[in-house]
Amino acid sequence: MIEQITTVVDCTNENCPMPLVKTRKSIMKAKDGDIIKVIGTHPQSFDEIPLALDSLGKKIIDKGKTDENWYIIFKV
Amino acid sequence: MEKSKKVTMIVHSGDFDKVMSAFIVGNGFLSLGLEVTLFFTFWGLKTLQKNGFSNAPLSKMNMLGLGRKMINKRLKKHNVASLEELARSFKDLGGKIIACTMTMELLNIKKPDLREDLVDEYGTVGLYCVESKNSEIHLFI
Repeated sequence: MIEQITTVVDCTNENCPMPLVKTRKSIMKAKDGDIIKVIGTHPQSFDEIPLALDSLGKKIIDKGKTDENWYIIFKV
Repeated sequence: MEKSKKVTMIVHSGDFDKVMSAFIVGNGFLSLGLEVTLFFTFWGLKTLQKNGFSNAPLSKMNMLGLGRKMINKRLKKHNVASLEELARSFKDLGGKIIACTMTMELLNIKKPDLREDLVDEYGTVGLYCVESKNSEIHLFI
């Protein structure tokens, strides 16, 4: 079963380090168990956000790329 | 959860690009869940004066302010956050800023001259050293 997404964080067109910063801010605002989806276009952020989530002990549920952007879905 | 690691940085330079780097790295560490303290001293502290960010020169190719104008355009073009946004984010993520009181005396900077919305504490090197002693990562910019 696909879990319900609580919050969508849109980082389209934003450059380093803002997608990372916005991801962190969304976690600070969220409750335990919330599901957050981050969307962005900056290629390196797709690599660095999972590293930060790992450091914060947050589990990635799904991630991938479409023609227009990338997405990362994780549990708080 | 284990106790979060700490980072301390001395921001000595008043160059726009170096202060920007300090805030970018600071935001990065905060995003990874670490605690970050920036100690602004000497020329670095001048950038925390009101309008300090917009008056800060580039470390290279400043060309009497022309280089700074060009960099501002390029930052906008590439959607890189402004120094103001980076400083705001740094505070929103819980970053701490200490203003060096010895520099304040030396350069005749008064508290109302500084960005009080950014500065958390006013202190001397001793305060910085206590923070630094309890942290794992140390940077000097």
